[in-house]
Amino acid sequence: MKESISKPIQRVDGPAKISGEARYIGDMHFENRLYAKTLRSTRAKARILSVKKPPLPRNYFIVGKDDVPGVNRMRTVVSDHPIFAEDTVEYIGQPILLVVGPEREKIYDIITKIKVEYEDLPALFTLEDAEKNSEVFTDYHYEKGEPQRAFGEAATIVEDEFRTGYQEHVYLEPQGMTAEFRDDTMFVYGSMQCPFYAEGALTEALGWPAERIRVIQTVTGGAFGGKEEFPSLTACQVAVAALKTGRPVTMIYDRDEDIICSTKRHPSIVRYKAALNRNQDIVALEIDVLLDAGAYNGLSPVVLQRSMFSATGVYNFPHLKVRGRNFMTNNVPSGAYRGFGAPQTIFGTEMMLHNIALKLGIDPLEYKMRHALKRGDPTCTGGKIRDIVKLPEIVKRVTQMSGYHDKRKNGQKYHGIGISLFLHGCGFTGNGEQTIGSKIILKKEGEKVILKVSSTEMGQGAETVLRKIVAYTVDIPFENVIYESVDTGKVPDSGPTVASRTTMIVGGLLQQAGLELKDRWHEADKIEVTRTYRHPDYIDWNNDTFQGDAYPTYSWGANVAEVEIDPVTYEIDVKKISAVYDVGLPIDETALRGQMQGGIVQGIGWATIEVMKTDEGRLIQKNLTDYKVPTSMDVPEVECDFINNPYEFGPFGAKCAGELPFVGSPPAVAAAVSNALGVPIRSIPITPEMLMEMDSDEN
Amino acid sequence: MKIEFTLNNEFKSINVDPAQRLLDLLREDFGLTSVKEGCGEGECGACIVLMDGRAVNSCLIPAGNIIGKSIVTLEGFRKTARYKMIEKCFLDAGSVQCGFCTPGFVMATESLLNENPHPTDEEIKAGLSGNLCRCTGYNMIIDGVKLAAKRGNGLW
Repeated sequence: MKESISKPIQRVDGPAKISGEARYIGDMHFENRLYAKTLRSTRAKARILSVKKPPLPRNYFIVGKDDVPGVNRMRTVVSDHPIFAEDTVEYIGQPILLVVGPEREKIYDIITKIKVEYEDLPALFTLEDAEKNSEVFTDYHYEKGEPQRAFGEAATIVEDEFRTGYQEHVYLEPQGMTAEFRDDTMFVYGSMQCPFYAEGALTEALGWPAERIRVIQTVTGGAFGGKEEFPSLTACQVAVAALKTGRPVTMIYDRDEDIICSTKRHPSIVRYKAALNRNQDIVALEIDVLLDAGAYNGLSPVVLQRSMFSATGVYNFPHLKVRGRNFMTNNVPSGAYRGFGAPQTIFGTEMMLHNIALKLGIDPLEYKMRHALKRGDPTCTGGKIRDIVKLPEIVKRVTQMSGYHDKRKNGQKYHGIGISLFLHGCGFTGNGEQTIGSKIILKKEGEKVILKVSSTEMGQGAETVLRKIVAYTVDIPFENVIYESVDTGKVPDSGPTVASRTTMIVGGLLQQAGLELKDRWHEADKIEVTRTYRHPDYIDWNNDTFQGDAYPTYSWGANVAEVEIDPVTYEIDVKKISAVYDVGLPIDETALRGQMQGGIVQGIGWATIEVMKTDEGRLIQKNLTDYKVPTSMDVPEVECDFINNPYEFGPFGAKCAGELPFVGSPPAVAAAVSNALGVPIRSIPITPEMLMEMDSDEN
Repeated sequence: MKIEFTLNNEFKSINVDPAQRLLDLLREDFGLTSVKEGCGEGECGACIVLMDGRAVNSCLIPAGNIIGKSIVTLEGFRKTARYKMIEKCFLDAGSVQCGFCTPGFVMATESLLNENPHPTDEEIKAGLSGNLCRCTGYNMIIDGVKLAAKRGNGLW
């Protein structure tokens, strides 16, 4: 065990996944089970006047709002989404009821025979309309310094505006859930990130104590935030159906249904007003963040917070005025997606600086570095950058790797190179960690140690990484660390598997417990050690004023993108991404590279080909034929490197990693496209049509 | 309708609706759950099986079209030395994350290397272009295939 923990090991769930033996929810057998399909709203906003149901064959059931024994709302940050629609529907695809029965063909047939009579109501479809009508769910503000005075004294004032579009997660395994009522307990099995979120939602929907509910995570085929809060809804629906029918009920979405009704990345508009002094430095910024939350607010207030607290990127602007609003529209609800609001504002801020630099005739990288945060600087919310900032080393490495400076000098039209600098706040935003109070258990049994957490493996490698942390800490062979299956009846609540918090926060607790277990190893054959999260005393955060440290620490990075634009079709070919990250210390280099490679490519997709639009609340791209995600033909060469900067409170020095790569690649690609054509980029996805129009204007 | 075909090297004769998707036939009638449904429209490749040695999306094949054909799923393929090589190389290259797309990539890799044992990088990319993966960004899968082609010299 003398080797560095960063040295890769074989991932534990690899063999069963490669051989096809891993059992996802759709692969599981339940005796005597029924299937469920959802009848959905076809209207963006309407009153339900009547629901006419056909006579049902034996063993077929309709399950709706009146069958919910508890509260007909899905519990999350704002518990406003009905489990089944009540008097009105607020978006196309909203669930109204389930048809449940033994044969899927027959279920489809019954669904088509149900007639819903609607009375349409006036609806809102765009952020602009929602802003005009002041349909605001959430309105947050914070300030730093004296923005008003700084704007009064400014030599120049520059304004800019940026837009980003929807993004669909496209986890390869669609949403799926099964509920089974037996032994006076509701067992819910499914593909999910956060079993305790589902458990909490079920306690309210059923009106039962948690002791009568067991949520069991099955092998999860990708999530990216899309299985954070959404599965709470399907869990409640199948549980209500299982209760009514007395039989196990399985609901697995096909891809079209999944795309139509599941949460997406928030479309955004971000507006900037920058005050420059005589040296052309930005001394003050006003930032206005607008997010399309869709028909229900749900998790969106927390997404908005991260969006606002990430809005200054890796920079120190002395005076700030930041406003953020979530708007209600009659679109499908937006929700958690890798980066959680940060990609929208980081894109805007990177491009705002890029555009000003070009206008001033200064190299964008040089201009950005003039504003870069240094250790000891205040954060945007008046907290403090406490740890060593290795941004200069990161930039040096990434520019060398990519030959950035030479390539920029020798640029030719249709070939572009661009750079992005970025950070990501590690763990929950604000006082999230204190509220959750994660708990973990390590249990010694003979030579083995059982690791009990609710942190889920969803593809990111959590099981391998957490077991590795315990094995290295206790100093026992990796095989002797057993990962307890994630079942709310068996494991403590170590918090949801979100916010890039698993390695740093849960892994940190496991390391602390592991050290105690190591000390006490010879005391007994059976020892149980628990740990509950305690926020470091020095971290101070006021959630009412948004003042203090929004995050305990940050991970950092820089990307250089090289692109070629087809002079005829204007298609963007991303040739290469050079990426350097400071994530503290890699726990497993292969697992970490996997996160970086995958995150970079997902970011490129969002920035280029992943076009998703709505027409009066109806998604135009609603299957994988219309909604294009990157394939093996689209991916660039990716060169990736890490700069170690161990974090005092992370396990072995590890910080956050999973979301960081997503934040970085979109602005790098946009900067490279801007460089290739000599035009500013103000919105993503950057489509060939957009470029063609801008280039012909330019000529 | 009665159809006869070979499934994982065993002769089968069954009564089915000829319009039924091969995907459903394999998963539901034969319990072969390595065959995954990711999209149901031939875009994602998670349901790839070999039909007479060539990769096909089983969601697009009606059961009536497999009469007299040989169908191989991962359950059959995983008994071979070629599979063992792909497994080892995928593990070494870090080609697997959530795993839902992986059986499809394994079958696509077999089909690719069977036709072209020494593919170039571009040929590998083209050979895998019918399979979607949302976790890895593909490069680490491409590395796995490259490794299999290199180490598996003679297997294909």
